[in-house]
Amino acid sequence: MYTEQVMKHFANPQNVGELENADAIGEVGNARCGDIMKIYLKIEENVIKDVSFKTFGCGAAIATSSVATELIKGKTLEEALALSNKTVVQQLGGLPAPKLHCSVLAEQAVKAAIADYYRRQGVDPSLFVQIPEDDEHHCCGQGNNCG
Amino acid sequence: MSNISAYFDNGATTKISDRALEAMLPFLREQYGNPSSIYTLGREAAKAISRAREQVALALNCEPGEIFFTGSGSEANNWILKSYGNIIMSEFEHHAVLHAVKSDSNITLLPVYDKGFVKVADLKAAITPETELVSVMFANNEIGTIQPIAEIGAACKEWREKGVLFHTDAVQAVGSVPIDVKAMNIDMLSLSAHKFHGPKGVGALYVRKAVQKSLSSFIQGGAQESGKRAGTENVAGIVGLGAALEEAVAGIDAKNAALLAKRERICSAVLALPKVRLNGDLQSRLAGNLNFSFAGIEGEALLLLLDMGGIAASSGSACTSGSLDPSHVLLALGLPHEIAHGSLRITMSRYTTDEEVDLLLAKLPLIVERLRTMSPIWNN
Repeated sequence: MYTEQVMKHFANPQNVGELENADAIGEVGNARCGDIMKIYLKIEENVIKDVSFKTFGCGAAIATSSVATELIKGKTLEEALALSNKTVVQQLGGLPAPKLHCSVLAEQAVKAAIADYYRRQGVDPSLFVQIPEDDEHHCCGQGNNCG
Repeated sequence: MSNISAYFDNGATTKISDRALEAMLPFLREQYGNPSSIYTLGREAAKAISRAREQVALALNCEPGEIFFTGSGSEANNWILKSYGNIIMSEFEHHAVLHAVKSDSNITLLPVYDKGFVKVADLKAAITPETELVSVMFANNEIGTIQPIAEIGAACKEWREKGVLFHTDAVQAVGSVPIDVKAMNIDMLSLSAHKFHGPKGVGALYVRKAVQKSLSSFIQGGAQESGKRAGTENVAGIVGLGAALEEAVAGIDAKNAALLAKRERICSAVLALPKVRLNGDLQSRLAGNLNFSFAGIEGEALLLLLDMGGIAASSGSACTSGSLDPSHVLLALGLPHEIAHGSLRITMSRYTTDEEVDLLLAKLPLIVERLRTMSPIWNN
Protein backbone atom coordinates (compact mmCIF):
# COMPACT_ATOMS: atom_id res chain seq x y z
CA MET A 1 0.00 0.00 0.00
CA TYR A 2 3.01 2.32 0.43
CA THR A 3 5.23 3.51 -2.42
CA GLU A 4 8.91 2.64 -2.57
CA GLN A 5 9.80 6.20 -1.55
CA VAL A 6 7.63 5.96 1.57
CA MET A 7 9.24 2.67 2.52
CA LYS A 8 12.70 4.10 1.86
CA HIS A 9 12.09 7.03 4.20
CA PHE A 10 10.41 4.82 6.76
CA ALA A 11 13.24 2.29 6.76
CA ASN A 12 15.94 4.93 6.76
CA PRO A 13 14.47 8.18 8.07
CA GLN A 14 16.58 11.33 7.76
CA ASN A 15 17.17 13.87 10.54
CA VAL A 16 15.86 11.74 13.41
CA GLY A 17 16.41 12.86 16.98
CA GLU A 18 16.54 15.99 19.11
CA LEU A 19 18.68 19.06 18.45
CA GLU A 20 20.57 20.35 21.44
CA ASN A 21 19.97 24.04 22.05
CA ALA A 22 17.30 24.15 19.38
CA ASP A 23 16.15 27.65 18.50
CA ALA A 24 12.60 26.44 18.00
CA ILE A 25 10.47 23.38 18.62
CA GLY A 26 7.06 22.64 17.16
CA GLU A 27 4.78 19.79 18.14
CA VAL A 28 1.48 18.76 16.53
CA GLY A 29 -0.87 15.79 16.73
CA ASN A 30 -1.97 13.87 19.78
CA ALA A 31 -1.47 10.43 21.22
CA ARG A 32 -5.17 9.62 21.19
CA CYS A 33 -5.15 9.79 17.40
CA GLY A 34 -1.94 7.82 17.30
CA ASP A 35 0.45 10.35 15.83
CA ILE A 36 2.57 13.16 17.21
CA MET A 37 5.29 15.02 15.31
CA LYS A 38 7.89 17.18 16.95
CA ILE A 39 10.30 19.26 14.87
CA TYR A 40 13.48 20.94 16.15
CA LEU A 41 15.13 23.85 14.31
CA LYS A 42 18.50 25.58 14.44
CA ILE A 43 18.13 28.95 12.77
CA GLU A 44 20.83 31.43 11.77
CA GLU A 45 20.11 34.66 9.96
CA ASN A 46 16.65 33.58 8.90
CA VAL A 47 17.95 30.29 7.48
CA ILE A 48 17.24 26.79 8.81
CA LYS A 49 20.76 25.54 9.46
CA ASP A 50 19.69 22.27 10.98
CA VAL A 51 16.49 20.38 11.57
CA SER A 52 15.47 17.15 13.23
CA PHE A 53 12.30 15.35 14.21
CA LYS A 54 10.78 12.88 16.60
CA THR A 55 7.58 11.14 15.58
CA PHE A 56 5.16 8.78 17.25
CA GLY A 57 3.04 7.27 14.52
CA CYS A 58 2.58 4.96 11.58
CA GLY A 59 4.90 4.38 8.62
CA ALA A 60 3.47 7.34 6.72
CA ALA A 61 3.87 9.65 9.70
CA ILE A 62 7.55 8.77 9.99
CA ALA A 63 8.13 9.05 6.23
CA THR A 64 6.40 12.45 5.92
CA SER A 65 8.42 13.76 8.89
CA SER A 66 11.62 12.62 7.23
CA VAL A 67 10.74 14.21 3.88
CA ALA A 68 9.54 17.47 5.42
CA THR A 69 12.78 17.93 7.35
CA GLU A 70 14.80 17.26 4.20
CA LEU A 71 12.75 19.79 2.25
CA ILE A 72 13.26 22.65 4.71
CA LYS A 73 16.92 22.13 5.58
CA GLY A 74 18.98 25.10 4.37
CA LYS A 75 15.86 27.03 3.42
CA THR A 76 14.81 30.49 4.61
CA LEU A 77 11.92 30.69 7.04
CA GLU A 78 9.72 32.11 4.29
CA GLU A 79 10.57 29.20 2.02
CA ALA A 80 9.90 26.71 4.80
CA LEU A 81 6.58 28.34 5.59
CA ALA A 82 5.60 27.86 1.96
CA LEU A 83 6.03 24.08 2.25
CA SER A 84 2.70 22.44 1.54
CA ASN A 85 1.58 18.94 2.30
CA LYS A 86 1.14 18.38 -1.44
CA THR A 87 4.86 18.79 -1.97
CA VAL A 88 5.49 16.22 0.77
CA VAL A 89 3.07 13.81 -0.90
CA GLN A 90 4.70 14.36 -4.30
CA GLN A 91 8.15 13.67 -2.89
CA LEU A 92 6.85 10.36 -1.57
CA GLY A 93 5.27 9.38 -4.88
CA GLY A 94 1.82 9.52 -3.27
CA LEU A 95 0.19 8.34 -0.06
CA PRO A 96 -2.85 6.12 0.47
CA ALA A 97 -5.92 8.35 0.98
CA PRO A 98 -6.35 7.53 4.67
CA LYS A 99 -2.72 8.56 5.24
CA LEU A 100 -2.88 11.97 3.54
CA HIS A 101 -3.39 13.63 6.89
CA CYS A 102 0.13 12.56 7.86
CA SER A 103 1.43 14.95 5.21
CA VAL A 104 -0.80 17.69 6.62
CA LEU A 105 0.63 16.97 10.03
CA ALA A 106 4.19 17.32 8.67
CA GLU A 107 3.35 20.70 7.14
CA GLN A 108 1.77 21.80 10.41
CA ALA A 109 4.76 20.64 12.44
CA VAL A 110 7.08 22.83 10.35
CA LYS A 111 4.75 25.81 10.78
CA ALA A 112 4.42 25.19 14.52
CA ALA A 113 8.20 25.15 14.91
CA ILE A 114 8.62 28.38 12.97
CA ALA A 115 5.83 29.97 15.00
CA ASP A 116 7.73 28.96 18.11
CA TYR A 117 10.81 30.68 16.72
CA TYR A 118 8.97 33.95 16.16
CA ARG A 119 7.47 33.73 19.62
CA ARG A 120 10.90 33.29 21.15
CA GLN A 121 12.05 36.38 19.21
CA GLY A 122 9.22 38.36 20.74
CA VAL A 123 7.35 38.51 17.45
CA ASP A 124 3.68 37.68 17.13
CA PRO A 125 3.80 34.53 14.95
CA SER A 126 0.30 35.07 13.63
CA LEU A 127 1.75 37.87 11.47
CA PHE A 128 3.66 35.25 9.46
CA VAL A 129 2.29 31.84 10.22
CA GLN A 130 -1.15 30.37 10.00
CA ILE A 131 -1.14 28.63 13.36
CA PRO A 132 -2.29 25.03 13.08
CA GLU A 133 -5.70 24.47 14.55
CA ASP A 134 -6.44 22.10 17.37
CA ASP A 135 -4.86 18.78 16.55
CA GLU A 136 -7.89 16.60 17.06
CA HIS A 137 -9.41 17.47 13.69
CA HIS A 138 -7.09 15.23 11.77
CA CYS A 139 -8.22 12.00 13.33
CA CYS A 140 -11.63 12.80 14.67
CA GLY A 141 -13.34 14.78 11.96
CA GLN A 142 -12.24 14.11 8.44
CA GLY A 143 -12.64 10.41 8.05
CA ASN A 144 -8.91 9.95 8.13
CA ASN A 145 -7.66 6.89 9.86
CA CYS A 146 -3.97 6.83 10.37
CA GLY A 147 -3.44 5.20 13.74
CA MET B 1 7.55 -14.58 -3.70
CA SER B 2 7.40 -14.35 0.04
CA ASN B 3 10.10 -13.11 2.36
CA ILE B 4 8.27 -14.34 5.45
CA SER B 5 10.55 -16.43 7.56
CA ALA B 6 8.53 -16.28 10.77
CA TYR B 7 4.75 -16.36 10.74
CA PHE B 8 3.01 -15.09 13.88
CA ASP B 9 -0.39 -14.25 12.44
CA ASN B 10 -2.24 -17.54 12.77
CA GLY B 11 -5.19 -15.66 14.24
CA ALA B 12 -5.62 -14.10 10.79
CA THR B 13 -5.22 -17.30 8.87
CA THR B 14 -3.23 -20.52 8.97
CA LYS B 15 -1.17 -22.55 6.58
CA ILE B 16 -3.18 -25.32 4.96
CA SER B 17 -2.15 -28.77 6.18
CA ASP B 18 -0.80 -31.32 3.71
CA ARG B 19 -3.53 -33.75 4.68
CA ALA B 20 -6.30 -31.22 4.05
CA LEU B 21 -4.81 -30.24 0.71
CA GLU B 22 -4.35 -33.85 -0.41
CA ALA B 23 -7.94 -34.62 0.55
CA MET B 24 -9.18 -31.68 -1.52
CA LEU B 25 -7.21 -32.16 -4.72
CA PRO B 26 -9.30 -34.98 -6.27
CA PHE B 27 -12.40 -32.79 -5.95
CA LEU B 28 -10.68 -29.99 -7.85
CA ARG B 29 -9.63 -32.39 -10.59
CA GLU B 30 -11.33 -35.60 -11.66
CA GLN B 31 -14.02 -35.76 -8.95
CA TYR B 32 -15.76 -32.62 -10.17
CA GLY B 33 -19.33 -33.95 -9.94
CA ASN B 34 -22.24 -31.93 -8.58
CA PRO B 35 -23.32 -33.55 -5.28
CA SER B 36 -26.97 -33.13 -6.31
CA SER B 37 -26.53 -35.28 -9.43
CA ILE B 38 -27.84 -38.82 -9.43
CA TYR B 39 -25.02 -40.54 -11.36
CA THR B 40 -21.86 -41.97 -9.84
CA LEU B 41 -19.70 -38.84 -10.22
CA GLY B 42 -22.27 -36.79 -8.34
CA ARG B 43 -22.92 -39.45 -5.72
CA GLU B 44 -19.20 -39.64 -4.96
CA ALA B 45 -19.14 -35.91 -4.30
CA ALA B 46 -22.22 -36.18 -2.08
CA LYS B 47 -20.56 -39.00 -0.20
CA ALA B 48 -17.47 -36.88 0.40
CA ILE B 49 -19.62 -34.11 1.86
CA SER B 50 -21.39 -36.59 4.13
CA ARG B 51 -18.07 -37.81 5.36
CA ALA B 52 -16.90 -34.25 6.11
CA ARG B 53 -20.17 -33.61 7.96
CA GLU B 54 -19.46 -36.69 10.07
CA GLN B 55 -15.92 -35.49 10.78
CA VAL B 56 -17.22 -32.13 12.03
CA ALA B 57 -19.96 -33.79 14.09
CA LEU B 58 -17.40 -36.08 15.70
CA ALA B 59 -15.12 -33.14 16.55
CA LEU B 60 -17.93 -31.17 18.22
CA ASN B 61 -19.88 -34.14 19.67
CA CYS B 62 -23.08 -33.60 17.74
CA GLU B 63 -25.04 -35.27 14.90
CA PRO B 64 -24.10 -34.82 11.22
CA GLY B 65 -27.61 -33.45 10.62
CA GLU B 66 -26.78 -30.57 12.93
CA ILE B 67 -23.98 -29.24 10.70
CA PHE B 68 -24.61 -26.72 7.91
CA PHE B 69 -21.71 -25.78 5.67
CA THR B 70 -21.29 -22.08 4.80
CA GLY B 71 -18.91 -19.93 2.81
CA SER B 72 -17.11 -18.56 5.89
CA GLY B 73 -17.25 -18.10 9.63
CA SER B 74 -18.62 -14.60 9.04
CA GLU B 75 -21.48 -16.06 7.01
CA ALA B 76 -22.30 -18.49 9.80
CA ASN B 77 -22.35 -15.60 12.29
CA ASN B 78 -24.47 -13.41 10.00
CA TRP B 79 -26.95 -16.22 9.49
CA ILE B 80 -27.57 -16.44 13.23
CA LEU B 81 -27.42 -12.76 14.11
CA LYS B 82 -29.88 -11.81 11.37
CA SER B 83 -32.36 -14.48 12.46
CA TYR B 84 -33.16 -13.03 15.88
CA GLY B 85 -34.10 -9.66 17.34
CA ASN B 86 -33.62 -9.57 21.09
CA ILE B 87 -29.95 -10.34 21.62
CA ILE B 88 -27.41 -10.30 24.45
CA MET B 89 -23.75 -10.37 23.40
CA SER B 90 -20.36 -9.35 24.71
CA GLU B 91 -19.00 -5.94 23.81
CA PHE B 92 -15.89 -7.43 22.19
CA GLU B 93 -17.50 -9.84 19.75
CA HIS B 94 -15.98 -10.02 16.27
CA HIS B 95 -17.41 -7.48 13.83
CA ALA B 96 -19.05 -10.38 11.98
CA VAL B 97 -21.31 -10.61 15.05
CA LEU B 98 -21.41 -6.99 16.28
CA HIS B 99 -22.12 -5.52 12.86
CA ALA B 100 -24.35 -8.35 11.62
CA VAL B 101 -27.37 -7.49 13.78
CA LYS B 102 -30.51 -6.13 12.16
CA SER B 103 -31.05 -2.38 12.54
CA ASP B 104 -34.23 -2.89 14.56
CA SER B 105 -32.74 -5.49 16.89
CA ASN B 106 -32.59 -4.85 20.60
CA ILE B 107 -29.01 -5.44 21.72
CA THR B 108 -27.63 -5.74 25.24
CA LEU B 109 -23.83 -5.67 25.49
CA LEU B 110 -22.06 -7.47 28.34
CA PRO B 111 -18.85 -5.87 29.66
CA VAL B 112 -15.61 -7.87 29.54
CA TYR B 113 -13.69 -5.96 32.23
CA ASP B 114 -9.94 -5.38 32.30
CA LYS B 115 -8.91 -9.00 31.72
CA GLY B 116 -11.31 -9.70 28.87
CA PHE B 117 -13.90 -12.07 30.32
CA VAL B 118 -17.68 -12.00 30.38
CA LYS B 119 -19.16 -12.52 33.86
CA VAL B 120 -21.90 -15.12 33.98
CA ALA B 121 -23.60 -13.10 36.74
CA ASP B 122 -23.94 -10.18 34.31
CA LEU B 123 -25.54 -12.49 31.78
CA LYS B 124 -27.97 -13.91 34.32
CA ALA B 125 -28.96 -10.38 35.28
CA ALA B 126 -29.49 -9.43 31.64
CA ILE B 127 -31.59 -12.39 30.46
CA THR B 128 -35.33 -11.77 30.34
CA PRO B 129 -38.25 -13.80 28.95
CA GLU B 130 -37.99 -11.57 25.84
CA THR B 131 -34.39 -12.60 25.16
CA GLU B 132 -34.15 -14.63 21.95
CA LEU B 133 -30.43 -15.10 21.58
CA VAL B 134 -27.28 -15.00 23.67
CA SER B 135 -24.14 -14.78 21.54
CA VAL B 136 -20.75 -14.92 23.27
CA MET B 137 -17.57 -15.80 21.42
CA PHE B 138 -15.72 -18.90 22.54
CA ALA B 139 -12.30 -17.26 22.46
CA ASN B 140 -11.49 -13.67 21.61
CA ASN B 141 -9.67 -13.18 18.32
CA GLU B 142 -7.29 -10.48 19.55
CA ILE B 143 -6.45 -11.36 23.13
CA GLY B 144 -7.31 -15.06 23.10
CA THR B 145 -9.29 -15.09 26.33
CA ILE B 146 -11.51 -18.18 26.52
CA GLN B 147 -14.96 -17.29 27.79
CA PRO B 148 -16.81 -19.36 30.43
CA ILE B 149 -18.80 -21.11 27.71
CA ALA B 150 -20.01 -24.11 29.75
CA GLU B 151 -21.29 -21.79 32.49
CA ILE B 152 -22.97 -19.54 29.94
CA GLY B 153 -24.51 -22.61 28.31
CA ALA B 154 -25.84 -23.80 31.66
CA ALA B 155 -27.30 -20.36 32.42
CA CYS B 156 -29.01 -20.22 29.02
CA LYS B 157 -30.33 -23.76 29.40
CA GLU B 158 -32.37 -22.62 32.39
CA TRP B 159 -34.19 -20.29 29.99
CA ARG B 160 -34.51 -22.83 27.19
CA GLU B 161 -38.24 -23.29 27.68
CA LYS B 162 -38.68 -19.52 27.31
CA GLY B 163 -37.00 -19.77 23.94
CA VAL B 164 -33.55 -18.40 24.82
CA LEU B 165 -30.88 -19.75 22.47
CA PHE B 166 -27.11 -19.77 23.00
CA HIS B 167 -24.81 -19.15 20.03
CA THR B 168 -21.04 -19.01 20.21
CA ASP B 169 -18.68 -17.66 17.56
CA ALA B 170 -16.01 -20.34 17.97
CA VAL B 171 -13.96 -19.34 14.92
CA GLN B 172 -10.78 -18.84 16.98
CA ALA B 173 -11.38 -21.77 19.30
CA VAL B 174 -12.30 -24.73 17.08
CA GLY B 175 -9.25 -26.90 16.63
CA SER B 176 -7.44 -25.14 19.47
CA VAL B 177 -9.69 -25.89 22.45
CA PRO B 178 -11.62 -29.11 23.16
CA ILE B 179 -15.29 -28.43 22.43
CA ASP B 180 -18.32 -30.54 23.31
CA VAL B 181 -21.52 -28.80 22.27
CA LYS B 182 -23.69 -31.22 24.26
CA ALA B 183 -21.78 -30.98 27.53
CA MET B 184 -21.47 -27.19 27.13
CA ASN B 185 -25.16 -26.74 26.24
CA ILE B 186 -24.33 -24.84 23.07
CA ASP B 187 -27.32 -24.41 20.73
CA MET B 188 -25.42 -22.91 17.79
CA LEU B 189 -21.76 -22.55 16.93
CA SER B 190 -19.84 -20.91 14.07
CA LEU B 191 -16.49 -22.13 12.76
CA SER B 192 -14.12 -21.40 9.90
CA ALA B 193 -11.80 -23.87 8.16
CA HIS B 194 -8.85 -21.59 7.47
CA LYS B 195 -8.30 -20.94 11.17
CA PHE B 196 -7.38 -24.60 11.76
CA HIS B 197 -5.22 -25.34 8.71
CA GLY B 198 -8.10 -25.89 6.32
CA PRO B 199 -8.85 -23.89 3.16
CA LYS B 200 -10.27 -20.37 2.99
CA GLY B 201 -13.82 -19.78 1.78
CA VAL B 202 -15.57 -22.45 3.82
CA GLY B 203 -17.09 -22.49 7.27
CA ALA B 204 -19.82 -24.29 9.15
CA LEU B 205 -22.67 -23.64 11.50
CA TYR B 206 -23.77 -26.15 14.11
CA VAL B 207 -27.44 -25.89 15.03
CA ARG B 208 -28.95 -28.19 17.65
CA LYS B 209 -31.66 -30.35 16.07
CA ALA B 210 -34.44 -29.17 18.37
CA VAL B 211 -33.93 -25.51 17.49
CA GLN B 212 -33.48 -25.85 13.73
CA LYS B 213 -37.12 -24.95 13.14
CA SER B 214 -36.49 -21.43 14.46
CA LEU B 215 -33.70 -20.86 11.94
CA SER B 216 -34.70 -19.30 8.63
CA SER B 217 -33.15 -20.25 5.29
CA PHE B 218 -30.13 -18.05 4.62
CA ILE B 219 -29.93 -18.51 0.86
CA GLN B 220 -32.98 -19.54 -1.16
CA GLY B 221 -32.67 -21.82 -4.15
CA GLY B 222 -31.91 -25.53 -4.28
CA ALA B 223 -32.22 -28.12 -1.56
CA GLN B 224 -28.60 -28.05 -0.41
CA GLU B 225 -27.89 -28.01 3.34
CA SER B 226 -31.43 -29.20 4.16
CA GLY B 227 -32.85 -26.37 2.05
CA LYS B 228 -31.48 -23.75 4.42
CA ARG B 229 -28.40 -22.69 2.50
CA ALA B 230 -28.83 -23.13 -1.23
CA GLY B 231 -26.04 -23.18 -3.79
CA THR B 232 -23.90 -25.95 -5.19
CA GLU B 233 -21.55 -27.01 -2.44
CA ASN B 234 -17.88 -26.07 -2.30
CA VAL B 235 -17.05 -29.76 -2.35
CA ALA B 236 -13.26 -29.48 -2.18
CA GLY B 237 -13.50 -26.82 0.53
CA ILE B 238 -15.89 -28.87 2.63
CA VAL B 239 -13.70 -31.95 2.25
CA GLY B 240 -10.68 -29.88 3.28
CA LEU B 241 -12.55 -28.51 6.29
CA GLY B 242 -13.47 -32.00 7.48
CA ALA B 243 -9.96 -33.36 7.04
CA ALA B 244 -8.33 -30.35 8.70
CA LEU B 245 -10.67 -30.45 11.67
CA GLU B 246 -10.17 -34.17 12.23
CA GLU B 247 -6.43 -33.58 12.20
CA ALA B 248 -6.60 -30.48 14.44
CA VAL B 249 -8.58 -32.08 17.25
CA ALA B 250 -6.40 -35.20 17.37
CA GLY B 251 -3.90 -34.92 20.22
CA ILE B 252 -5.01 -31.36 20.97
CA ASP B 253 -3.64 -31.41 24.53
CA ALA B 254 -0.12 -32.35 23.44
CA LYS B 255 -0.16 -29.67 20.75
CA ASN B 256 -1.29 -27.08 23.27
CA ALA B 257 1.43 -28.10 25.71
CA ALA B 258 4.04 -27.49 23.00
CA LEU B 259 2.46 -24.12 22.20
CA LEU B 260 2.39 -23.12 25.87
CA ALA B 261 6.14 -23.70 26.16
CA LYS B 262 6.74 -21.34 23.23
CA ARG B 263 4.22 -18.85 24.57
CA GLU B 264 5.93 -18.79 27.95
CA ARG B 265 9.32 -18.18 26.31
CA ILE B 266 8.00 -15.22 24.31
CA CYS B 267 5.97 -13.84 27.16
CA SER B 268 8.78 -13.75 29.70
CA ALA B 269 11.23 -12.24 27.20
CA VAL B 270 8.84 -9.52 26.05
CA LEU B 271 7.61 -8.62 29.52
CA ALA B 272 11.24 -8.09 30.53
CA LEU B 273 11.28 -5.04 28.23
CA PRO B 274 10.39 -1.71 29.86
CA LYS B 275 6.79 -0.46 29.83
CA VAL B 276 5.15 -3.40 28.14
CA ARG B 277 1.68 -4.59 29.03
CA LEU B 278 0.20 -8.02 28.39
CA ASN B 279 -3.40 -7.58 27.23
CA GLY B 280 -5.88 -10.12 28.51
CA ASP B 281 -5.00 -12.83 30.98
CA LEU B 282 -2.61 -15.77 30.90
CA GLN B 283 -5.19 -18.02 32.54
CA SER B 284 -7.90 -19.37 30.27
CA ARG B 285 -6.31 -18.15 27.06
CA LEU B 286 -5.66 -19.74 23.67
CA ALA B 287 -2.29 -21.46 23.91
CA GLY B 288 -1.05 -19.79 20.72
CA ASN B 289 -2.10 -16.22 21.53
CA LEU B 290 -0.20 -13.29 23.02
CA ASN B 291 -1.09 -9.61 22.84
CA PHE B 292 1.15 -6.82 24.10
CA SER B 293 1.04 -3.04 24.20
CA PHE B 294 4.29 -1.08 24.03
CA ALA B 295 4.20 2.43 25.44
CA GLY B 296 5.46 5.18 23.14
CA ILE B 297 5.18 3.41 19.79
CA GLU B 298 2.54 2.86 17.15
CA GLY B 299 1.52 -0.58 15.94
CA GLU B 300 1.69 -0.14 12.18
CA ALA B 301 5.27 1.10 12.32
CA LEU B 302 6.08 -1.89 14.49
CA LEU B 303 4.52 -4.30 11.99
CA LEU B 304 6.37 -2.73 9.05
CA LEU B 305 9.73 -3.08 10.77
CA LEU B 306 8.95 -6.64 11.82
CA ASP B 307 8.02 -7.40 8.22
CA MET B 308 11.36 -6.00 7.04
CA GLY B 309 12.91 -8.45 9.48
CA GLY B 310 10.94 -11.33 7.96
CA ILE B 311 8.32 -11.52 10.71
CA ALA B 312 4.55 -11.43 10.11
CA ALA B 313 2.27 -10.34 12.97
CA SER B 314 -0.71 -8.06 13.52
CA SER B 315 -1.79 -5.07 15.58
CA GLY B 316 -4.90 -3.47 16.99
CA SER B 317 -3.71 -0.06 15.87
CA ALA B 318 -6.25 2.07 13.99
CA CYS B 319 -3.78 2.18 11.11
CA THR B 320 -4.28 -1.49 10.50
CA SER B 321 -7.94 -1.74 11.44
CA GLY B 322 -9.20 0.54 8.68
CA SER B 323 -11.20 2.68 11.09
CA LEU B 324 -10.70 5.82 13.12
CA ASP B 325 -10.28 4.09 16.41
CA PRO B 326 -7.90 1.42 17.56
CA SER B 327 -9.23 -2.08 18.22
CA HIS B 328 -12.64 -2.17 19.93
CA VAL B 329 -11.39 -5.22 21.83
CA LEU B 330 -8.54 -3.33 23.47
CA LEU B 331 -10.75 -0.32 24.17
CA ALA B 332 -13.29 -2.68 25.79
CA LEU B 333 -10.55 -3.69 28.25
CA GLY B 334 -10.31 -0.03 29.23
CA LEU B 335 -6.97 0.66 27.53
CA PRO B 336 -6.30 4.31 26.66
CA HIS B 337 -6.20 4.99 22.91
CA GLU B 338 -2.47 5.67 22.82
CA ILE B 339 -1.70 2.32 24.45
CA ALA B 340 -4.13 0.48 22.18
CA HIS B 341 -2.37 2.06 19.16
CA GLY B 342 0.86 0.39 20.28
CA SER B 343 -0.41 -3.17 20.39
CA LEU B 344 1.07 -6.29 18.88
CA ARG B 345 -0.76 -9.60 18.46
CA ILE B 346 1.35 -12.73 18.19
CA THR B 347 -0.53 -15.87 17.22
CA MET B 348 1.10 -19.27 16.79
CA SER B 349 0.02 -22.63 15.40
CA ARG B 350 1.26 -26.19 15.63
CA TYR B 351 3.60 -25.38 12.75
CA THR B 352 5.36 -22.58 14.65
CA THR B 353 8.99 -23.54 15.23
CA ASP B 354 11.52 -22.66 17.92
CA GLU B 355 13.58 -20.99 15.17
CA GLU B 356 10.69 -18.65 14.42
CA VAL B 357 10.47 -17.80 18.12
CA ASP B 358 14.24 -17.19 18.15
CA LEU B 359 13.93 -14.76 15.24
CA LEU B 360 11.09 -12.88 16.91
CA LEU B 361 12.92 -12.57 20.20
CA ALA B 362 16.10 -11.44 18.45
CA LYS B 363 14.38 -8.71 16.42
CA LEU B 364 11.49 -7.44 18.49
CA PRO B 365 13.43 -5.75 21.32
CA LEU B 366 15.64 -3.88 18.81
CA ILE B 367 12.64 -2.71 16.82
CA VAL B 368 10.79 -1.52 19.91
CA GLU B 369 13.92 0.32 21.05
CA ARG B 370 14.40 1.89 17.61
CA LEU B 371 10.84 3.22 17.44
CA ARG B 372 10.99 4.49 20.99
CA THR B 373 14.21 6.36 20.23
CA MET B 374 12.38 8.36 17.60
CA SER B 375 9.20 8.81 19.64
CA PRO B 376 8.47 12.22 21.20
CA ILE B 377 6.30 10.63 23.87
CA TRP B 378 8.91 8.14 25.06
CA ASN B 379 11.27 9.20 27.80
CA ASN B 380 12.92 6.34 29.53
